[in-house]
Amino acid sequence: MTAAAEPYAIQYAEGSLLSVTHLTAAEVAGILAMATRLEQMSPAKRSQILAGRRVALLFYESSTRTRTSFELAAKQLGATTTLISDKSSSIEKGESLKDTGLTLRALGAECIILRHNASGAASLLAKTSKLPVLNAGDGMHEHPSQALLDLRTMLAHVDGGRRKTDVNPRSLDGIAVAICGDILHSRVARSNTMLLPRLGAKVLLCGPPALLPEWASGLGPGVAIERDFDRALQQAQVVMMLRIQKERLAGLEVDLADYVERYQLRSERLPAGVVVMHPGPMIRGLEIADEVADGPQSAIEEQVSHGLAVRMALLVRALGAHA
Amino acid sequence: MSSILIRGGRVVDPASGVDALRDVLLKGGRVAGVEKPGAVRDDAAEEVIDAAGLVVAPGLVDVHVHLREPGQGYKETIRTGTAAAAAGGFTSVVMMPNTMPINDSVETMAWMLSPDRGASVRLFAMPAATVGSMGRELTDFPALRSAGAVGFTDDGKPVLEDAVMRAALVAAARVGVPVSQHAEDTRLTGGCSMNAGALAFRLGLRGMTAEAEAGIVERDIRLLREIELAEKLRPHLHVQHVSTAKAMDLIRSAKAEGLHVTCEVTPHHFMLTEEAVGEYDTHAKMNPPLRAETDRLAMIAGLMDGTVDCIATDHAPHAAHEKEVEFERAANGITGLETAFGLAMRVLHQGQGMPLARVLSLMSANPARLILPPGHGSLAVGSMADVVVFDAGAPWSFELGRSRSKSKNSPFDGAAMLGRVKATVCAGKVAFRG
Repeated sequence: MTAAAEPYAIQYAEGSLLSVTHLTAAEVAGILAMATRLEQMSPAKRSQILAGRRVALLFYESSTRTRTSFELAAKQLGATTTLISDKSSSIEKGESLKDTGLTLRALGAECIILRHNASGAASLLAKTSKLPVLNAGDGMHEHPSQALLDLRTMLAHVDGGRRKTDVNPRSLDGIAVAICGDILHSRVARSNTMLLPRLGAKVLLCGPPALLPEWASGLGPGVAIERDFDRALQQAQVVMMLRIQKERLAGLEVDLADYVERYQLRSERLPAGVVVMHPGPMIRGLEIADEVADGPQSAIEEQVSHGLAVRMALLVRALGAHA
Repeated sequence: MSSILIRGGRVVDPASGVDALRDVLLKGGRVAGVEKPGAVRDDAAEEVIDAAGLVVAPGLVDVHVHLREPGQGYKETIRTGTAAAAAGGFTSVVMMPNTMPINDSVETMAWMLSPDRGASVRLFAMPAATVGSMGRELTDFPALRSAGAVGFTDDGKPVLEDAVMRAALVAAARVGVPVSQHAEDTRLTGGCSMNAGALAFRLGLRGMTAEAEAGIVERDIRLLREIELAEKLRPHLHVQHVSTAKAMDLIRSAKAEGLHVTCEVTPHHFMLTEEAVGEYDTHAKMNPPLRAETDRLAMIAGLMDGTVDCIATDHAPHAAHEKEVEFERAANGITGLETAFGLAMRVLHQGQGMPLARVLSLMSANPARLILPPGHGSLAVGSMADVVVFDAGAPWSFELGRSRSKSKNSPFDGAAMLGRVKATVCAGKVAFRG
């Protein structure tokens, strides 16, 4: 009775990555294995894989990590990249996302990496351009490449890295990941929360009701809400901190002093052995204290390096190349 | 004046309680006779429609359509929109005022109702309740009423301020028509593009809560109660496109209390849920949004138990470029004139066992009685010669590409329908032959 959307069976070009929910555990394993192969390959060999291929980076929002990481990933594989940002293109003149995509396709782009402020924009671009689209963050929806690099970071740490090969639906059995902060506005939180339980992890979402509505527990099985940060930390092997997205608050009021008191990750409440992660950008002194961000349990910089390998793998997959 | 004999059909006319094989003679723009089969000779009419095996019923009435003229003829014109209406079995439609300019004056309304628009069904208009639909100053209710207004509404948005809504209900009661309210507390729905809930959360979309709809319905009902006590008037509140169980419950209680509240439900709100949004399908974006399954079931319950007075389409055509955009930016609404009857027959008649006469009441007799002048929504002798002839048992599927509407924004492409319209006669003339 609720299936009226069915006649519009959505077809995305193979190799697209719009949502982690589109990936099977086997595909996740394949992407991570490919990332490792590419990382270990000689730069000369690597630069042949996408030689002559054209990749467009289409960015409607500012970005440091994701953009640079995708761009360097494409270049290391030998691809030609072009960057289009909303500030210096016909987008400013009112060109639609569909027409921008069709224009890039007509110019020979074989894959589009999209960062956009509207949830679902990547899906729209994939439907209209018919090109493989890599979602580099769409509104509050998803940031799948971030979740994959976070997963790779976790696998490198938990159990002394013993679980990082042979990724399967039980790889993260017994692991609890606490994700704390502005869950409501976070595409990183959504992608991680929907990806990690499929590899066996338990996800504990933590934050005040204004930033973490009860609906969040509906993101999937293996997800629970734990409002008490210290209790969440006691159960977790990994903690992922999120920034408060002031640009998306839209009238919500958060008492920052109270927030810091309850939810800031600082050394006094960080149990030994818990891996500290943060997708960036960090607001030091707000959600995370300096000593933790720079401390021995922090894997934050490492996340960035994993990003390069994972994004190389996603590009190879998107362009149907072999490595 | 032409005359038509509709011969051999099963006449189902809920307004006069007829459900029998009858020949219907239309003459001079009126129903001239409803007679036992064979009683009227073929040569009594210039044209004969053979309705053997078919149902003959009063033409359908839709009290909520957007035909986009004046000002947005690229989406729909009154000509194309009424062609779609005729194909869907409708013979009367009530046009909402959110045109460009807003229909808030006698001049604009006269332009919309003019024969020059080329309508193939009867046109009625509900002009704006407030000037420019800005929610502040009432329009000239007496003048608009004299010029044919059948109600007042700021549809597309609510009349938000208590004092303004109160004044609108009083002014409308004085001229004997309803205020038709789009119940949405827009102070709570800024930036929202679908129903609030786990699905909106997963999709990263801001959601409209049931409270935003129910809050306005509750407030309006309170105003009715206050006005009845204070003014010795009996204002009529018509709640448009109810979508939540909460609002339905409020309407049910207000009716039990004896207040003059009526409401409409759209086919999409009794047919679909928020799940139809899928992966940002903008053909499932409308306002009010598609809701949860519990709400959909509450719409069906309201339709079955009589809380719902009528089915209305909220036919809202939009051009492709207004829908093929980011979900949050996409225009609200879907077309509905060609799918309403087929969906009502399938979901309510076939699916829920609602008697055919009840389906027809919800789509003709009731909306006509609530909103239109006398003489509509019935096949009693002397009524308007507005008739729909359909094959009640015929399954079919909607082909969006063949829609007569200028816009193709419907989630029902390929959807299964029941009850095929074979002919629509409006004012004694054939407006559609299927």
